[in-house]
Amino acid sequence: MAIGVKVVKRPEREVSYLRATLQGMALTFSHLFRRKVTMEYPEEKSTPEWTISPRWRGTHRMLTDEQGRAKCVACGLCPQICPANCIKLVPGEDEEGHRYPLIYEIDEFRCIFCGYCQEVCPEEAIHVGVHYENSEFERGRFVYDLERLCAQTHPVSTLWDPSDPKGE
Amino acid sequence: MSPELKGYLLLAALKIIVVFTAYNLGVMLVIWAERRISGFIQDRLGPNRVGPEGLLQSVADGLKNILKEETIPGEADRVLFFLAPVLSFIPALILYAVIPFGAPLPIEFDGVLPWWTIVGPLLGHITIHGPVPMVIADIPIGLLFILAISSLGVYGIVLAGWSSGSKYSLLGGVRSSAQMISYEIALGMAVISVFLLAGNVTLSEVIAVQQESVWFVLALTLGFILFVIAAFAETNRLPFDLPEAEAELITGYHTEYSSMKFSMFFIAEYSNVITMSALMATLFFGGWDIPFTTWDEGEPSVAKWAATVVMFALKTGFFVFTYIWVRWTLPRFRFDQLMQLGWKVMLPVALGYIVLIATVVWLLDRAGVERGVGYGLILFAVNLALVAVFLWGLDRGRLLIGASRQRARVVS
Repeated sequence: MAIGVKVVKRPEREVSYLRATLQGMALTFSHLFRRKVTMEYPEEKSTPEWTISPRWRGTHRMLTDEQGRAKCVACGLCPQICPANCIKLVPGEDEEGHRYPLIYEIDEFRCIFCGYCQEVCPEEAIHVGVHYENSEFERGRFVYDLERLCAQTHPVSTLWDPSDPKGE
Repeated sequence: MSPELKGYLLLAALKIIVVFTAYNLGVMLVIWAERRISGFIQDRLGPNRVGPEGLLQSVADGLKNILKEETIPGEADRVLFFLAPVLSFIPALILYAVIPFGAPLPIEFDGVLPWWTIVGPLLGHITIHGPVPMVIADIPIGLLFILAISSLGVYGIVLAGWSSGSKYSLLGGVRSSAQMISYEIALGMAVISVFLLAGNVTLSEVIAVQQESVWFVLALTLGFILFVIAAFAETNRLPFDLPEAEAELITGYHTEYSSMKFSMFFIAEYSNVITMSALMATLFFGGWDIPFTTWDEGEPSVAKWAATVVMFALKTGFFVFTYIWVRWTLPRFRFDQLMQLGWKVMLPVALGYIVLIATVVWLLDRAGVERGVGYGLILFAVNLALVAVFLWGLDRGRLLIGASRQRARVVS
């Protein structure tokens, strides 16, 4: 069985196991003293090299007006556009004819964090947030109601702007 | 029992307890060091959460492993399966019994120990006289004992591979036996060169000879290099960790092991590393000898004892560091390369080396050169030349050729 294997003639300095070993040892030794890239997470949440992106889409936040009421006017656009069907909205109306949400719930487990709700909202009320620490003791706690959504304080996500694709 | 015998027994028991404890603490520290240093080499931090700088990481891991479920494969040979982890751990521990770890400690005691020592009143009158050698058993066959026991370590691995009833484990065991047998010879040959100079196989005598002349790393440089390579193979550490080989054998012989039995293999690996490092320090780096001074060789005192113990720990620590450093630098050999290196390089070189060193020693003795520093330096010069030739040959000989090259030679 003649398999033609072409053997490349290389100089010693390229094929020597010994020299490669010594070079490798020197390299690993120099790495012992280099600056470490580890970010010690719970204590350090951002370093000069890495901060969370302002376009990060995390758990939602409902913005409120001056009186502390939710800005939402219960137009129904967000449950309409939501691809995961995770927003539950029951509209209500007060004596003056202002619409407001009677029930507004987002199931964060169903949510796929596409950010369409924020994009579609005419009142800039519902937003996805720059937030990622969401642990709870019960599954039920992941259905955020209106009160909880209004009480969130984390920064809201900056949506991608087609006219300014790099966010400048 | 005479008071002297009682004193001797008490001291022996104390030494065993202290050395056993220190040794296991050392294993814990080495495991921690391995993980931290590997982290540093990879620009990470490594475990640093449990205790200060992560020092207690091994304790946490040990606790976790004790609490884990033990699985025994249905195919396993139960007796051997239980015996194997023990068998791989014990030889490393026994080996340590003959390695001296410090200058003798002067203790003079005659009477009854106070009641709070608990054993004091039970023992009654005891006598401890004169400098106590800092070695558990300074047996007259020290080096032979080491050669005999260190080859027992392979049984643990082979039995583990055999009794698991798994093909990967068995392959690991088979590789291990082949590897250990090949490198055992080179290891023994390297040690024989130490016999030639020390003229004695007791380890305390080996150290004494090195104190009088030069460290054997100078007088037997090539022997030291051979010993180090063989020791790496003996302890199954990278680049010779073929019995474990995560990639192809799924950690080889201990694939089927879980919980504390797995931990035992882990501990055994690191205790082997410590023992081999201690041996390198003892055989070639003067043991507990402090270099550039003769202060430590005079009348025994507590200060000398403490200083020499620290010195020995430092030397051992240096070799342990080298082990870790090499592990995180070099990739694993292929099995045929390993065998090639063992049989075609290590064995002939070691054999030729013994002949050469024996000839030089004979010639020097014939010429009437005093055994001392000058004698050592002449040998050092000879060794430098030998090392140069050896390295030149390794560098040029293409001893580690690729599989494609071998086939190409057959074809053409």
